[in-house]
Amino acid sequence: MTKEVDGQGEENLSIEEQKKKAAAEAKAKALELAKQRKAEKEAQEKTEAPAEEPLSVEDQKKKAAAEAKAKALELAKQRKAEKDAQEKAETPAEEPLSVEDQKKKAAAEAKAKALELAKQRRAEKEAQEKAEAPAEEPLSVEDQKKKAAAEAKAKALELAKQRKAEKEQAEAGVTSSISTEDEDKEKALALAKAKAAAAAKAKAAAAAKAKMAREAGQTDSEPADETEASNDEKALAAAKAKAAAAAKAKAAAAAKAKAMREAGDGGDAAADEKAKAIAAAKAKAAAAAKARASRDAGGEPASDDEKAKAIAAAKAKAAAAAKARAAGGTAKAEAEPAETKPSPYQPMLDQYVALIREQLGADVLEDAYINKLSKDVPTLVAKSDTYYIIAELLKTHDDLHFEYLSESHGTDFKTHFEVYNYLYSYKNRRPVVLKAKVDREKPEVASLAPLWEGANWPERETYDLLGITFTNHPNMTRIMLPDDWVGHPLRKDYEPFDVEV
Amino acid sequence: MIRTEEMLLNVGPQHPSTHGVFRIVLKIDGETIIEAKPVIGYLHRGTEKLAEDLQYTQIIPYTDRMDYLAAMTNNYVICHAVETMMNLEIPERAEYLRVIVMELGRVASHLVWFGTYLLDIGAMSPFLYAFREREAIINMLNEISGARLTFNYMRVGGVKWDAPDGWIEKVRGFVPYMREQLAGYHDLVTGNEIFLNRVKGIGTYSAEEALNYSLSGANLRCTGVNWDLRKDEPYSIYNRFTFDVPVFSSGDAWARYQCRMAEIEESLKILEQAVEQIPSEGTVMAKVPKIIKPPAGEGFVRIESPRGEIGCYIASEGKKEPYRLKFRRPSFYNLQILPKLLVGENISNLITILGGIDIVLGEVDG
Repeated sequence: MTKEVDGQGEENLSIEEQKKKAAAEAKAKALELAKQRKAEKEAQEKTEAPAEEPLSVEDQKKKAAAEAKAKALELAKQRKAEKDAQEKAETPAEEPLSVEDQKKKAAAEAKAKALELAKQRRAEKEAQEKAEAPAEEPLSVEDQKKKAAAEAKAKALELAKQRKAEKEQAEAGVTSSISTEDEDKEKALALAKAKAAAAAKAKAAAAAKAKMAREAGQTDSEPADETEASNDEKALAAAKAKAAAAAKAKAAAAAKAKAMREAGDGGDAAADEKAKAIAAAKAKAAAAAKARASRDAGGEPASDDEKAKAIAAAKAKAAAAAKARAAGGTAKAEAEPAETKPSPYQPMLDQYVALIREQLGADVLEDAYINKLSKDVPTLVAKSDTYYIIAELLKTHDDLHFEYLSESHGTDFKTHFEVYNYLYSYKNRRPVVLKAKVDREKPEVASLAPLWEGANWPERETYDLLGITFTNHPNMTRIMLPDDWVGHPLRKDYEPFDVEV
Repeated sequence: MIRTEEMLLNVGPQHPSTHGVFRIVLKIDGETIIEAKPVIGYLHRGTEKLAEDLQYTQIIPYTDRMDYLAAMTNNYVICHAVETMMNLEIPERAEYLRVIVMELGRVASHLVWFGTYLLDIGAMSPFLYAFREREAIINMLNEISGARLTFNYMRVGGVKWDAPDGWIEKVRGFVPYMREQLAGYHDLVTGNEIFLNRVKGIGTYSAEEALNYSLSGANLRCTGVNWDLRKDEPYSIYNRFTFDVPVFSSGDAWARYQCRMAEIEESLKILEQAVEQIPSEGTVMAKVPKIIKPPAGEGFVRIESPRGEIGCYIASEGKKEPYRLKFRRPSFYNLQILPKLLVGENISNLITILGGIDIVLGEVDG
């Protein structure tokens, strides 16, 4: 990944760069979408209500309430004035109500009006919200949130599924990103259509009502639904893109940090990358804006096409990124000795790595780096089958001599477990961190208790709370929780067996 | 010869000598222990699991409840971990206040150990003296933090608030007072023949064993290993003070006693220098973001608590809650050697050995 920095054409960009670029683009797109959405909202509000700002739901509520109150007050006043006038005119003839009664009546009327107004306002607001977010029914904010969350979850699941399928495809050797893109486009289009149909069906009644209230000119419910459905689709696409972009950006950032740390990439190259990415993102954003404009003008379902394309593009990029990630894993190991970042612990790390490679073979280590966030501690990542022999060497070799295990624990990283050991050599006065990745499906790794007695209880704790089994451990039983406890609480997917606890 | 049978004896989890909910199942032959199985977890509150849903500042009060006899060092270790990851600069005055409260906490913690340990092995009055002095410290810590034990005083970037007027002077006045009392303790206990007979040569282990069992603090220094993180991996501003690391080499309960008593003196030295050096004014809080988000990655720091090496591991995703938080709790590691020490001992030495390790069950069980 270090050689390819100079590539000019898009195809020649390194996988790492593509990943970064894709992430940046997706992010920019998401941002642009958000901006547009905001602008749309503002415009809508301007036409509907006297210049309201895009406030939060909470603020809007408050404002609406305040306005309603003010209006009610005004109305009451007006009514009173009217009443007074009426009274003045009527009193000689009828004198039907006492002043007191009239006041009461006026108040009641004002109240009713205020209520009505509030209702109307609420309806308006709901309609607005509906137009803005993929909310189908006039639910409470809480319900809507829940629903949105559920939808997002379902979508994420679907996305994950698709992603997985793509990844498999990518791994199977599909190198032409164009074909993947086409496929994705088709898939997304089909998906979008099916969804639109379903949504339209399900939401017809409620949406029609809301739409009618909001858009006075629109009488037919069918087109309104279509717009709604397309709105839904849009929101969906935006949300998806955003989520994907965020995930990718994160991955890219992490990858970048790692790459910089590992390969000592120059900052200039990174800056170039950024500039490129920004430019690309801008172009894409412009395209998106255009698409949106055309859709807004026509209210056409053609926008689905645009969205589908965007989704497909994002997906293709994700696939590329996944590929890049896979490739990066191997590239990393090669680039690792080329570390240039100055750290007082760097020579130590080099020494450890050299010794381990010399004694145990070139490929026993998965990774080795200086952890800048942890006081520059040299960190070794062992493969799960070489974990024990590396630990043994670290303890017994005279130049290493890590006779003290300061800390041992595990972490659930969702894709895998990781065992973390902080070792210290009192003889040489230096630390090292030894980590091992453990398969989540078969969480087993060698115990270090035969080497350090001090690993005995911590490994039991790790077993108890995370469910990693340490082979060759003298007493692999629960230590904190009762023996009949179900599950391992520190796992990220832990569900309490007994809800009462 | 009287023939004896093996017998199981259960001690705890409710037993005054265990200083908390610690249970140990002994297999005894007459009065000799053949096997000992500690059973822990009665005070496990899942701090690490809870922390995954909390913001960093919200986690600090939970650390108060781990080692509740020296909560200031617990406060500090998580703040220090986050600050290390975020590369924060801490204001001078805050650093001094932190050191002062941590060292006061260390003295208080050792006083509790001294008093209860002697109570365990049959000396009644030292407990009362020790708790009198400890009360003075707790009153000071109460004044600065608003709580007697669960201080919640430190924050990422500094401390919650500055010391009240005259507080530094109180600490200054406390140092000579404590020295005087300490001399009294030595007169009362240290040369006492009964006491010496109870602790000398009891629970002995070598430096190699101590390292192999991951012991730390006085449990390690009693075997001749000169190791104190305040000296050897200086954090905060500990490199500005002159103090010694008391090291004894006999590796028995007696060495551990001497070690802790000498550490009180060293802490008083640090306190004395800190109240001289502390800047008279200045901010006590660094400029930190309102929502603390350490960068994505892993951080691990370790510092010297009264009981040994306390560490804090944070796996961050760059969010306001930690992805994974883990405390290296010294009492938990130190207790591991207990079954080994008990084998072959007379049952009356159980208390001497267990007490000598100086555990806090809140910390053992996390």
